[in-house]
Amino acid sequence: MEFPEELRYTPKDEWVRQQDGEADIGITDYAQDELSDIVFVDLPEPGASFAKGDAFGVIESVKAVSDLYMPVGGEVLARNERLAEEPELVNESPYGDGWLIRVRLADPTELDDLLNAADYQAQLSSD
Amino acid sequence: MNANGPQQDIGANLTFDRSRPGRRGVEVSRWDGERAESPPSHLLRDNVNLPELSQGELVRYYTRLSTLNFGVDSGSYPLGSCTMKYNPKVNDLVANSPGFSNMHPLAADENVQGTLGILYDLQEALGNITGLPAVGLASAAGAQGEFAGMLMIKRAIEARGELDRRRRVLVPDSAHGTNPATAAMVGFTVTEIPSGPDGCMDPEAFERELDDTVAALMITLPSTLGLWEKGIEDVVKKVHNVGGYVYGDGANLNAILGRIRFGDLGFDVCHLNLHKTFSTPHGGGGPGAGPVCTTNELAHYLPAPVITRSGSAEEPSYALERPSQSIGRMQQFHGNVGVLIRAYTYIRTLGFGGLRETSGTAVLNANYLRTLVEGHYALPYPSRVMHEVVFSGSRQKRDHGIRTYDIAKRIIDMGFHPPTVYFPLIVAEALMMEPTETESREGVEAFAEALIAIAEEAANEPGLLHEAPTTAPIGRLDEATAARRPVLRWQPAGEGAGQPPAEKAPEKDTAGARA
Repeated sequence: MEFPEELRYTPKDEWVRQQDGEADIGITDYAQDELSDIVFVDLPEPGASFAKGDAFGVIESVKAVSDLYMPVGGEVLARNERLAEEPELVNESPYGDGWLIRVRLADPTELDDLLNAADYQAQLSSD
Repeated sequence: MNANGPQQDIGANLTFDRSRPGRRGVEVSRWDGERAESPPSHLLRDNVNLPELSQGELVRYYTRLSTLNFGVDSGSYPLGSCTMKYNPKVNDLVANSPGFSNMHPLAADENVQGTLGILYDLQEALGNITGLPAVGLASAAGAQGEFAGMLMIKRAIEARGELDRRRRVLVPDSAHGTNPATAAMVGFTVTEIPSGPDGCMDPEAFERELDDTVAALMITLPSTLGLWEKGIEDVVKKVHNVGGYVYGDGANLNAILGRIRFGDLGFDVCHLNLHKTFSTPHGGGGPGAGPVCTTNELAHYLPAPVITRSGSAEEPSYALERPSQSIGRMQQFHGNVGVLIRAYTYIRTLGFGGLRETSGTAVLNANYLRTLVEGHYALPYPSRVMHEVVFSGSRQKRDHGIRTYDIAKRIIDMGFHPPTVYFPLIVAEALMMEPTETESREGVEAFAEALIAIAEEAANEPGLLHEAPTTAPIGRLDEATAARRPVLRWQPAGEGAGQPPAEKAPEKDTAGARA
């Protein structure tokens, strides 16, 4: 299972890739594996704003339906439109083509509260 | 498998495929009398594309399908949280007797006094069983009972002038999924209370949430982990102390029937699932009955109708009435009367002693299963359980790459209905088993032996689990593709071969469209 070094993680299994005040958000390799085959992803319209910890969408697999939580606060700039027709991209490429939304960070210092790859992995193995 | 085997019979070979032009099930005799006018031309269609079969072909087709079904009359059905007990046939005998089955829903009260009398007695019985004396029978399912009960609580808060402030409903994470859904449907916001290591509510997390914005606590008792909430009386008091109500999800009543009453614990409202605890056929979507029971203080909010009794003991008179501040109707007419009569029959057949024995045996069976299977599967909450036990396939997943899904499919090959899987959500790879009291000792042992054999296969012959089921009428289905790209409408062969025609394809619910 992969956990890229350059990403930041939440205990609820989301990842954040930050660049120039914007950030891409997705779910981790562990999360997609736990959910198994993903069949539907419900994402917010661009323009919507969420605080850190808010539920911003829903992801559904053959096993379960789960809320998606904002790792950081911000305004949604884009969502991954391909997932409407190809939700399996989240399984195939959780850090790449299976990204969920792009946001403009409300407060970049919120990134400091997130986990690095090693800490996230340590948390997974302690569960 | 021979050509007439089940694989041949279903799926590829529907009534449409068997259709031959001009074949008829019944011959309608020629009418020589006056003809009515044809409907307007825009309502007429040239080809309605209905299957054409002889009566014998059709009867054989459906009879064949019916033999492929698996129900409580076929075998053990340990579907956790669903209480798939055997339903005694006397229930059907009574409900199907002409006096009940021929009753017209619009009959005047004075013409159906017998039926109303039975429904009144059922209200009384359920009031006694729950300790919550005011009962409305009309809700048609557990979730509808929850909805009724939570609407009643909302009305009561509104009457106190506190609805602006009291918007939150506390729901433990071991509750039935319908509990938070109901709270949200009624217009409250949901605050989830995490479980502690013992599976009960984390007391600190619970107390942190207690304030005057709490409308209610909704609690499934026993929980979906099959565990009793320790200190529940204290929990109830604390919610009452901040002015909130306590709602009990009684779907798991089979564990406490005749022993513990929601009313005695201080609960304000609960619902029951008659189709589970009181042995009426269910599954496949219904029919059900989810009566709501409450205190005398909240009785005037009950859904309509309730049955009232007046007159003397020798000559009672029953009537349908709308409580003074009723939340309204949940269902047309009197609710699912056939289900209510079956439940009444069950209660009268068993009596109080029998009902009490029911819960004792249900709990004994669940714990016997737990002790037989423990050691072969992970048991995240290893304490004594109530009516059901939640194992985890996490060990099989970690060591052998076998998922709970594979285990469930293999259980079909062993001749049992699989347990509930992947629920509750707080247990990874959950396998939730509820043998119920109607399994014999040998039945529980046979199911345990099957689970142990599967655990051994997972270690030694994992291929058997990946391929399962191999003995069922249909093998493993591609559930992911079925959910991702559903074909919602049958199409004649040749016209897209099973795919909906492009121009008529149902609009897919694209991401965000529901937001």
